[in-house]
Amino acid sequence: MAEVSLRNVVKRYGGHKVVHGIDLDIAHNEFVVLVGPSGCGKSTTLRMIAGLEEISEGEISIGDRVVNRLAPRQRNISMVFQNYALYPHMTVRENLGFSLKIAGKPPAEIEAAADEAARILGLQPYMDRTPGELSGGQRQRVAMGRAIVRHPDVFLFDEPLSNLDAKLRTQMRVEIKKLHRQVGTTVVYVTHDQVEAMTLADRIVIMKDGHIVQTGTPLEVFERPVNTFVASFIGSPPMNLVKGELRGGVVELAGGGQLPVPPGIQTPPEGARVIFGFRADNFMPVGHGLAETGPVALLELPVTLAEPLGAESLILTELAGVEVQGKMLNPRPIQPGEVLSFQLSLDRCHLFDADTGKSLR
Amino acid sequence: MSRLRRFLRDNAVPLALLSPAVLVILLVVLLPLLFSLYTSFSNYRLIRPESLWDVVWFRNYLRVLGDGDFWAALGRTVLFLTLVLNLEMLLGLGLALMVNRLTFGQRTMRTIMMFPMMFSPILVGFQFKYMFNDTIGVVNNALQSLGLTSHAIPFLVDRWLAFASIAIAEIWMSTSIFAILILAGLFAMPRDPVEAARVDGCTNWQVFRHITLPFLMPFIYIAMTIRSLDVARAYDIVDVMTGGGPAGRTELLWTLIARTAYDDSRMGQANAMAYVSILLSIFFTWYFFRKLMAARKHLGVF
Repeated sequence: MAEVSLRNVVKRYGGHKVVHGIDLDIAHNEFVVLVGPSGCGKSTTLRMIAGLEEISEGEISIGDRVVNRLAPRQRNISMVFQNYALYPHMTVRENLGFSLKIAGKPPAEIEAAADEAARILGLQPYMDRTPGELSGGQRQRVAMGRAIVRHPDVFLFDEPLSNLDAKLRTQMRVEIKKLHRQVGTTVVYVTHDQVEAMTLADRIVIMKDGHIVQTGTPLEVFERPVNTFVASFIGSPPMNLVKGELRGGVVELAGGGQLPVPPGIQTPPEGARVIFGFRADNFMPVGHGLAETGPVALLELPVTLAEPLGAESLILTELAGVEVQGKMLNPRPIQPGEVLSFQLSLDRCHLFDADTGKSLR
Repeated sequence: MSRLRRFLRDNAVPLALLSPAVLVILLVVLLPLLFSLYTSFSNYRLIRPESLWDVVWFRNYLRVLGDGDFWAALGRTVLFLTLVLNLEMLLGLGLALMVNRLTFGQRTMRTIMMFPMMFSPILVGFQFKYMFNDTIGVVNNALQSLGLTSHAIPFLVDRWLAFASIAIAEIWMSTSIFAILILAGLFAMPRDPVEAARVDGCTNWQVFRHITLPFLMPFIYIAMTIRSLDVARAYDIVDVMTGGGPAGRTELLWTLIARTAYDDSRMGQANAMAYVSILLSIFFTWYFFRKLMAARKHLGVF
């Protein structure tokens, strides 16, 4: 059993604060993904859990032990690094068995553990090769194998897929998820890729500038972003955001035109500056979307550009002087300049405070 | 024949451009080499030029192989080489690891570390000869002032003390070659495997033993190769400090060869010794080079 909990964890480099007092509780066997743009402190946080960075303030505990003062080797964790960090002078077999050899396990047991890891990850044909003779994907698998042979309390992944090409990344993503289901251990996974975060996580922790912005299941952070940062970071394409002002119960857009206040919003005071947000998935040309059950707004807009993706097309258009993206299901060829009638599903729209960026939902 | 002619015609320009270099090498390197090889088969003495034509075939070589002094000098040289190389390696490694940990003043330290290499070996020899002198030397003076010894220690007279004194001078002068090369290795070393090893359960010593040291081995072997050639031809420091004496107790190969060639003016005999000695250098170079290649292949990164 290993919960991980972070209490008011701070990291300072000299006088420069990079992690500002993080609180986070990770349950046993939970797959938590720390996601955020580069420089948000997610890797530093992971390295503090690993013991590779000192904790400037606060407390980290794994299981029922406070680990602040423990060396990495005393924490019973495994880590997979972005650059694989394999031992270049050892064969795959030696790489897999290294931690057990250091722990003084008998050779037969080491052999068995290495074989087991190789079986799970399909590494049997490469056991006697050195890392230099492996492809990127194979190296990544060895790095993961090295992590699982130890049966650690916690797995730490530091952007493990960012050095792989797109196809391999998708493949390895599935393998990591399967692996988690198979070995069932607490996982803390760092990435800057929101797709990876969405697909892998039980719970996503979105970080920015050393703070946690939002924590929740993938669907929660997708459907209920707490602010404009999360709204534009999670989901692809990012949420469309249009500035406006609240006048007489409707949103007067800054570039002209108006939109109704989406239902379920705590109505802000008259004259408040707001940002209206909606996703491309809820902004589709009439006849090319899904049947709507809730209230809709109809907008006649000229198409700037259409990007056909096969099953759907992304439609670029302009709303009140702001470039916004819509989606077209069952696409037909579209000429730039063609005027389409878009339907906007209002109960899936968001309203944010323009000054703080916070959601008003 | 026509093949050769076609080759010459097709490659006339490259051959013409290469010829000066080839000619210079022939004149400057190959010719003297062949000449010295020839003299090793002759009874050539510097004071009797006509003896150059007195061919004695293998007599010089037989005499060298049966000469106890030569074998003693060879043994001493191998011992000297082993001692000096290993100590320099250990000290250089320690120095490099410490300098690598410095967070400020590292550049300055690196420069200071190089200072001993900037002196001529002759001057280093004189300085250490003075320091180890039994009447005016600072070492004896210090030992006596501290009350550690009541009488002067004859550092440069006693067989083993003289040997050690020379070794100390040599080590003082050249440890930085190891330190610099190993430091370069440490700079080039990736940080990830070290961190992975720490997470994998290694203590600092185990990280060093299993990760850092294997990575540094190629650099250590490069330094070993360079230094083995250097030490195998040791002459200047020995000649200045003890002159191979007293009574031949610190005689190394090249002091013996130089004495035979110039003091005894038996050039033929000296050249025969030199050719036997060269085999020693070739052996060490080959040995360390093979080790280097193995270490590189082992790492799989170069």
